[in-house]
Amino acid sequence: MNKCTERIFNGLVRENPTFVLMLGMCPTLAVTTSATNGIGMGLSTTAVLIMSNMLISILRKMIPDSVRMPAFIVVVASFVTIVDFLLEGFVPSLYSSLGLYIPLIVVNCIILGRAESYASKNPVLPSIFDGVGMGLGFTVGLTCIGIVRELIGAGQIFGRQVMPESYEPFTIFILAPGAFFVLACLVALQNKVKGSLAKKGKKVPKSAGCGDGCASCASRGICGGHLSASAETDKTASAETDKPVSEETDKAVSAVEDKKEQEGA
Amino acid sequence: MQELILIAVGTAFVNNVVLSQFLGICPFLGVSKNVKTAAGMGGAVVFVITIASFVTGLIYKFILGNPAIMGGELEYLNTIVFILVIAALVQFVEMFLKKSMPSLYNALGVYLPLITTNCAVLGVALTNVESGYGLLTGVVNGFATAFGFLVSIVLMAGIREKTEHNDVPESFRGTPIVLVTAGLMAIAFFGFSGLI
Repeated sequence: MNKCTERIFNGLVRENPTFVLMLGMCPTLAVTTSATNGIGMGLSTTAVLIMSNMLISILRKMIPDSVRMPAFIVVVASFVTIVDFLLEGFVPSLYSSLGLYIPLIVVNCIILGRAESYASKNPVLPSIFDGVGMGLGFTVGLTCIGIVRELIGAGQIFGRQVMPESYEPFTIFILAPGAFFVLACLVALQNKVKGSLAKKGKKVPKSAGCGDGCASCASRGICGGHLSASAETDKTASAETDKPVSEETDKAVSAVEDKKEQEGA
Repeated sequence: MQELILIAVGTAFVNNVVLSQFLGICPFLGVSKNVKTAAGMGGAVVFVITIASFVTGLIYKFILGNPAIMGGELEYLNTIVFILVIAALVQFVEMFLKKSMPSLYNALGVYLPLITTNCAVLGVALTNVESGYGLLTGVVNGFATAFGFLVSIVLMAGIREKTEHNDVPESFRGTPIVLVTAGLMAIAFFGFSGLI
């Protein structure tokens, strides 16, 4: 049981998908216009994550390694479809405000990332609790961002007026640009905390988000780390800007092929 | 015709896929360090999304939404079928380009595998079905969405090249300042909302 509580703590705090790993940025930016939407999206993702982690962990010895990605995608997509219908049937208001972002849970990198890096290698019970922890961590993250945006942008929290009547809401915070600004402040805060942790000589958890390139991305298995190859192209391109394009891409392509060969060997 | 142009301008600029719908944020933040790579990524996205919206449109029209097969009740399979088709399609396009159009492959090849996990592709396929677009309208919508992505990622890369050596407060260096820039771009794109 100790291991299970450890997984939940890990998901909620140590490897929080929103605040520490920076995973699943699309829904984080898109649905956090209010705290209610944030919590709804978070819980839907949690449900999918728990079920897919469970099933993938049960099937982990049966799925051949070479087709594991398509297999994972089918499992995840099936659960997403179920959640989609359940929400449509039982919480129509939430369903209409989340809209397109419910089926897009399929491509949320938290879910495939956990399937690849945890559920496919560990027994069923810890995998379920890993899903619970990660899902709750994501829910907490989305709800916090939702609360901040709703408070500044509409003067409300969970649809209840909390700011005094005289408060003029900054409507921009519940529109698209507000999402970018809030997330920017959040990442800046994270950098600050990491900086002070590093000064004290403590171990700093690495961000797995796409902002830092693929080097530490959790879903690297899916894309095969090609982005890091293109990041290398970035470097060569900025260092030798006068080189023709074809040469650079050639380099990157050959780098990718090298990597593939290494993986094959 | 007028309807198609309205849809194209609407999806490319007014409801820009990155700046107002937040699809494809990962490549937008990750591959926008310089204009050349950004344009490569954008080009690959245009290519894949246009083909993907055509293929998923075909599948929807003749299989999933076809009243002759199971009375058109297969729509619940949309998400599962589309994501698998897109993943397979990207692999197929990559192999096809490598074999028959090496020059195009050299320009786009590196970026192709990345696009499977780009949520904009699945997003476009599902939007086409949900808005009841036909085959042609769907392809135009897909192309316009991808064009919007290309425009915003190239603009972002241009801005990042200029601001790279600016004196940014320490905590805001890296991703945060990129996000602030994206926020300002999103405000600028509000200007297009008067178009339609």
